[in-house]
Amino acid sequence: MIYALLERYHRLRDNRHAVWVGYALVAFVLAILPFVVDSGLGRTWVRILDFALLYVLLALGLNIVVGFAGLLDLGYIAFYAVGAYTWALLASPHFDLHLPFWVLIPLCALVAAIFGVLLGTPTLRLRGDYLAIVTLGFGEIIRIFLNNLNAPVNITNGPQGINRIDPMQLGDLSFARTQTLFGLELPSVHLYYYLFLALVLLSIFICIRLQDSRLGRAWVAIREDEVAAQAMGINTRNVKLLAFAMGATFGGVAGGLFASFQGFVSPESFGLLESIMVLCMVVLGGMGHVAGVVLGAILLATLPEVLRHTASPIQQQLFGKVILDPESLRMLLFGLALILVMLLRPAGLWPETTRRRELVSRE
Amino acid sequence: MDIFLQQILNGLVLGSVYALVALGYTMVYGILGLINFAHGEVVMIGAMVALTVMNALVSTGLGLPGPLVLMLALLAAMLVCMALGFSVERVAYRPLRKAPRLAPLITAIGLSILLQNIAMLIWGRQYQTVPRLISHESHTIFGATITDLQILILITSTVIMCGLLALVHYTRLGRAMRATSENPTVAGLMGVNINRIISATFVIGSAMAAVAGVLVSANYSIAHYSMGFMLGLKAFTAAVLGGIGNLGGAMLGGLLLGLIESIGAGYIGDVTGGFLGSHYQDVFAFVVLILVLVFRPTGLLGERVAERA
Repeated sequence: MIYALLERYHRLRDNRHAVWVGYALVAFVLAILPFVVDSGLGRTWVRILDFALLYVLLALGLNIVVGFAGLLDLGYIAFYAVGAYTWALLASPHFDLHLPFWVLIPLCALVAAIFGVLLGTPTLRLRGDYLAIVTLGFGEIIRIFLNNLNAPVNITNGPQGINRIDPMQLGDLSFARTQTLFGLELPSVHLYYYLFLALVLLSIFICIRLQDSRLGRAWVAIREDEVAAQAMGINTRNVKLLAFAMGATFGGVAGGLFASFQGFVSPESFGLLESIMVLCMVVLGGMGHVAGVVLGAILLATLPEVLRHTASPIQQQLFGKVILDPESLRMLLFGLALILVMLLRPAGLWPETTRRRELVSRE
Repeated sequence: MDIFLQQILNGLVLGSVYALVALGYTMVYGILGLINFAHGEVVMIGAMVALTVMNALVSTGLGLPGPLVLMLALLAAMLVCMALGFSVERVAYRPLRKAPRLAPLITAIGLSILLQNIAMLIWGRQYQTVPRLISHESHTIFGATITDLQILILITSTVIMCGLLALVHYTRLGRAMRATSENPTVAGLMGVNINRIISATFVIGSAMAAVAGVLVSANYSIAHYSMGFMLGLKAFTAAVLGGIGNLGGAMLGGLLLGLIESIGAGYIGDVTGGFLGSHYQDVFAFVVLILVLVFRPTGLLGERVAERA
């Protein structure tokens, strides 16, 4: 059934007018979404939307590494952590530094990219499962250091984390308060929503352009067959390093935004499970397919919240008590989803067309 | 000097547990060429099952002797883990044997999360105390102390490892396993039932994982649903250090990693002038892993190259 829908979608896509109408519709929905959600479900849900957008950013970044270049990275959240801590250290009372955002965002991206290259350099020769384990180890090392670098010199403030991080400030426009723009009341979460949305759209644009670029095709070539790619004259070492660095950049920027949005960072937010969650988004949505990954990220970021609000009451009604708390239910479902998707729909929920063709022809 | 000797003893005890788990990784890798990510969770399930059996037997009030209870618990844990290892292979690996290499890895991660959360549902979030069934009486050798339990760990793991080596080198099953790891297709043509051999490999590895789980939880007197993960990673590191796919290598790697960790954690404070403390113990395994993969991807004893193009 999904394939039939996809077919119709592809036929629609060939129609120029339908495409523009579609874009306009999507833009309109995205623009009014926070207001609808706010009045319909409450302000917490706008916050959840904001987080979903951050996850989209992360998933897009990881998609470059895993989906395009085929390098399984299980420590991706480390870059998120690096970005978040870069922002937190340079824009909080912790060191009494308060740099503006236009310095911080490129800086977060840069620092994360440096870490990406640091991780990439020793692991370039590895493939598949080895790479997965090493990246996982790297993620854990970063977390352990964040957790323990509070003595003898207090750099990260250890397990307590850093709080009172400066909120986003664009010129005179502070994101911490409700602002009135063109007669519209915009609460803080709405402002963040539009900022994140803008960045997500920019990232989607970058990813789509990357995909068809020389570099993007080189990544896909490496993913499909590294030896053949090398024979075709691709400098696999540099191209893979670039994949790591670019993926890390996305993670770093998302981390910085997270720090300013949350106002608080601690090592706890950057555990292995977060890495796996972002990986789930990419795998579930469809590795290598930008739209699929966005779908996966939104689904996996919002579903747990839906579960949180519905699972307990339903269990209460059925069994008279809460047997599974939402948190463990979420993880159970994640585990199950990873297995089932790989067994039943190995290309994800919304696969890329070339991938789909490969998989169908193989059967 | 006695502190140094103490660290060596602790390292050997820890290392022999790593070695038992590492053997499971290395056997599966040798035959299928993939990392069994869920192996650490098998260790955890082993520890948890044994714990349940121990508690049940102790609370019956029959006054069974401690070592007997431990034996029964170990037996139960091994049986459960063998069944678990068998089903892990069936669910996560067999259907994907011809799929791209990322696929089985991802199902294995999924399985690992699933097992952890199921264990959490059954045994709860809190740390479980393991009853003391073996005397923790300590002996002093050259100023270092070693408990009865630690001696038991060393002996058990040595016996099991020797048993495994004998199995692999002197039995029909072992010969079939070696043939399969050499070349599955040709082994199949020679009349080896590949699927049975792969299942057997998982079952044997899981039985050893169960033993390791029981030993390590008894040693620390504690069991937890998340204990398998880190242990699994370190054991994998040990397998890579020794040379993946090589049984002797896994044993050597396990012991070495145990020594590196305990000596490293004992002296890192002095070496760095107090800048880094013993809470960085978990970092050592990863640093070792990265160094080995960069400088000697075949591991210490391996002929097989860790990267596969």
